[in-house]
Amino acid sequence: MQNLLLNIDAGTIDWSRAQFALTAIYHWLFVPLTLGLAVIMGIAETIYYRKKDDFWKKTAQFWQKLFGVNFAMGVATGIILEFEFGTNWSNYSWFVGDIFGAPLAVEGIVAFFMESTFVAVMFFGWKKVSAGFHLASTWLTGLGATISAWWILVANAWMQYPVGCEFNPDTMRNEMTSFFEVALSPFAIEKFFHTVISSWIIGAVFVTAVCCWYLLKGRNTKLSIESLKIASVVGLIAALGAGATGHKSGQTIAQVQPMKLAAMEALYNGGNEQGLKIVEGIEVPYGLSLMATNTLDGFVPGINELLNGYTKADGTIEPSAEEKMMRGRIAIDALAAYRKAKADGLSEDITNSQLAILRENYQYFGYGYVKDKSDLVPPILINFWAFRAMVGLGCLFIVFFGIVLILVFRIPLVSIITRRLLSAFGLLSETESDEVSPQAILPAWLCWVAIAMVPLAYIASESGWLVAEFGRQPWTIQDMLPTWVAVSNLQSSSVILTFILFLILFTTMLAVEINILLKQIKKGPEL
Amino acid sequence: MTYEFLQHYWCFLVSLLGAILVFLLFVQGANSIIFSLGYTKEERRMLINSTGRKWEFTFTTLVTFGGAFFASFPLFYSTSFGGAYWLWMLILFTFVLQAVSYEFQNKLGNFLGPKTFQWFLVINGIFGPLLLGCAVATFFEGSNFIIEKGNLIDTEALTPIISRWANASHGLDALLNPWVLVFGLAVMFLARTLGILYVMNNVNDENIRSRGSVRLVGTAGVFVILFVGYLVHLVLKDGYAWKPETGEIFMEPNKYLHNMIDMWYITIVMLAGICLVLYGIIKTIISKTYVGGIWPCGTGTVLTVLALLLCCAWNHTAYYPSTADLQSSLTLQNSCSSYFTLNTMFYVSLLIPFVLAYIFYAWRRIDSKPIDKEEISNDDHAY
Repeated sequence: MQNLLLNIDAGTIDWSRAQFALTAIYHWLFVPLTLGLAVIMGIAETIYYRKKDDFWKKTAQFWQKLFGVNFAMGVATGIILEFEFGTNWSNYSWFVGDIFGAPLAVEGIVAFFMESTFVAVMFFGWKKVSAGFHLASTWLTGLGATISAWWILVANAWMQYPVGCEFNPDTMRNEMTSFFEVALSPFAIEKFFHTVISSWIIGAVFVTAVCCWYLLKGRNTKLSIESLKIASVVGLIAALGAGATGHKSGQTIAQVQPMKLAAMEALYNGGNEQGLKIVEGIEVPYGLSLMATNTLDGFVPGINELLNGYTKADGTIEPSAEEKMMRGRIAIDALAAYRKAKADGLSEDITNSQLAILRENYQYFGYGYVKDKSDLVPPILINFWAFRAMVGLGCLFIVFFGIVLILVFRIPLVSIITRRLLSAFGLLSETESDEVSPQAILPAWLCWVAIAMVPLAYIASESGWLVAEFGRQPWTIQDMLPTWVAVSNLQSSSVILTFILFLILFTTMLAVEINILLKQIKKGPEL
Repeated sequence: MTYEFLQHYWCFLVSLLGAILVFLLFVQGANSIIFSLGYTKEERRMLINSTGRKWEFTFTTLVTFGGAFFASFPLFYSTSFGGAYWLWMLILFTFVLQAVSYEFQNKLGNFLGPKTFQWFLVINGIFGPLLLGCAVATFFEGSNFIIEKGNLIDTEALTPIISRWANASHGLDALLNPWVLVFGLAVMFLARTLGILYVMNNVNDENIRSRGSVRLVGTAGVFVILFVGYLVHLVLKDGYAWKPETGEIFMEPNKYLHNMIDMWYITIVMLAGICLVLYGIIKTIISKTYVGGIWPCGTGTVLTVLALLLCCAWNHTAYYPSTADLQSSLTLQNSCSSYFTLNTMFYVSLLIPFVLAYIFYAWRRIDSKPIDKEEISNDDHAY
């Protein structure tokens, strides 16, 4: 009977998802560079403020110029996302708007105004405000962007792990019961640190690539070496930090989104002492158990256990998908009966009994809309490979920034040992192996690797989001609201048209931006 | 704090944000006539750099307006944005075009050419205020939607979606209502008036100022005619009233006139706002040296728009009426967030004066000297 509820154009659901994915992916091309460059240009300007050396002012201004080109695209693509919750996910906006709207409003009031006010001072205030006020503005621009990230990640984390709320059967929506539970949920905190820190990697990779290109061309050597020092430190700290926070996120996912973890690992049949797959057929023994439970023999459920039910480590039983779907339908029917009884003016006993049934089964409410238990399995292939791309590239960044840092700082002994090792592997010529000129501080091949790291960094970053969002499917809000109940009542043709318009518009703008960035880099700083 | 107080408080804040947004549309207003105010490349560059230092405020206010509306009145967010899909999408498209136009237009590597992005600014300058004005006009004129919360669990319902538009145009039908268009055009010409006044104040160039003076007469004249026309229509028209005892929505003759009488303090604010707008315009037209018209006119705009928005929501009025099903109309009471959320957000809103203070301070520092040719040619980051 519940299937009658699902009479929505399937195209509308998929195109709405595609449009949100498109705009989010585009937005996320620009945001991490904004967050990462903000740190690097902030450090450069801080050195200028302390040393009063004009070189550092020009260095900061150069990175700020590139920041400005990228920032505009971040703003342009960001506005769509906020409004898409309403335009394309109308039911979602009502069903959880009481909780979800608050972080968006706080983001606007606290973060966006800070960002937009001080970015104007940063760009146009060099001759109008004091050096101290300008420096503060530069950092406040980055801080505004970071606070903005905090609130939108709070909102996203809540969709992954809904806490601090209660369903109100009279208003037919979920309502917030604890702002702090929402704002400071462990999922949100981990997501924030992992996302922001990993964004710094993109900023560091970008700066490293630009500097390496200058070194290859034999120009702007001083700016390149000094900027490389900042970028390699930021990059290494960020890469290590992203690894640590990623590990913590993985453990939380194992607790609250086990199906996502199973999809990430393509783990159909779980068990104790699970190995972590590098690729299919090659695995690190006990790796997954260790990652998920901090023990070598911890139990990790696979897709089949999650669909068929299993006994958890603490002895409690996780119901099967069929049971959850049945209890979800009981919850929906109880809600309908409650509302009818109330409308008909029936006694409190009757309404209360329906309410009790609803409350007892509400945790599976969303499952009531699921027709087939196979719909509960996220896309395995995307999750599996996106997770590997993210983790694999993350490890590569640690090695990469480690080598760059050792070479550009010429750390006594370590630098020489590294050079000798690289020589031994034929990666450095004999003449380059010890004392080198500033221009040859990094070997040419490493400079090319640095340039190749730019697309890889973006692939890693976007892969992280693919895991986060595809891994949650089919849910808009985990266990509460599937995508097909969250959409707006639109014809798919309308969404297809806006999808195509966004695709053309954003792709054109991206092409213009990349071309402008390349020309600006080619032109170089005005030292 | 009572629930009712919080509902009215959040309505006030959202209206204030809306009013500030209309004032900040001076960015769009000035951009819509860059080719009319700036004859040479250099003049246009000064104009674009003048609005280019403020566009982020308009943009951010629009985003915050949306966020605050979502947080405080989520049913409006889901109904209007999900229903009037095309109206809102067109507004958003024009703002996306604007956001990149400043930074990209004069940069090396812009293979689309500066003119493309200048026309993007013109498109946003015309259609942004026009369509936003039309969207706001539906608060008085009504929209074609139906809400049925029971759809979420009703096995007889065709879809589980709570809000739906009652026709296939998804918001474009509003543009067929002449009074919606009158209001939209009034907002567009107001933005243009404010834009001219802002540019005269912010750009130190005789040619631009004298051209602005001339354009102001026609632009402000059209605005006044459209605005007064709509105001007369508003006080004469039937309005959407809400009966607190039963929750019933009904048509009340001259509802908005009654609101203005019942809420006399809001009417005083509106009249003060109108006087300030007229003072700013008339003094700028009469005086050869006065270039500060943006301040009284801007203040007046905020007061007038604030009063108009409160007039359509307070005093037991349905602020987002439905022409398809009267009882689906949205009121402060049936569309707001829970007491807990509104109360929590109340404390967040206490940060707003602090935010306004630093915006004011930063604005003053950046605008300590009007923009001139010399500054543009010497500024590394000039657009």
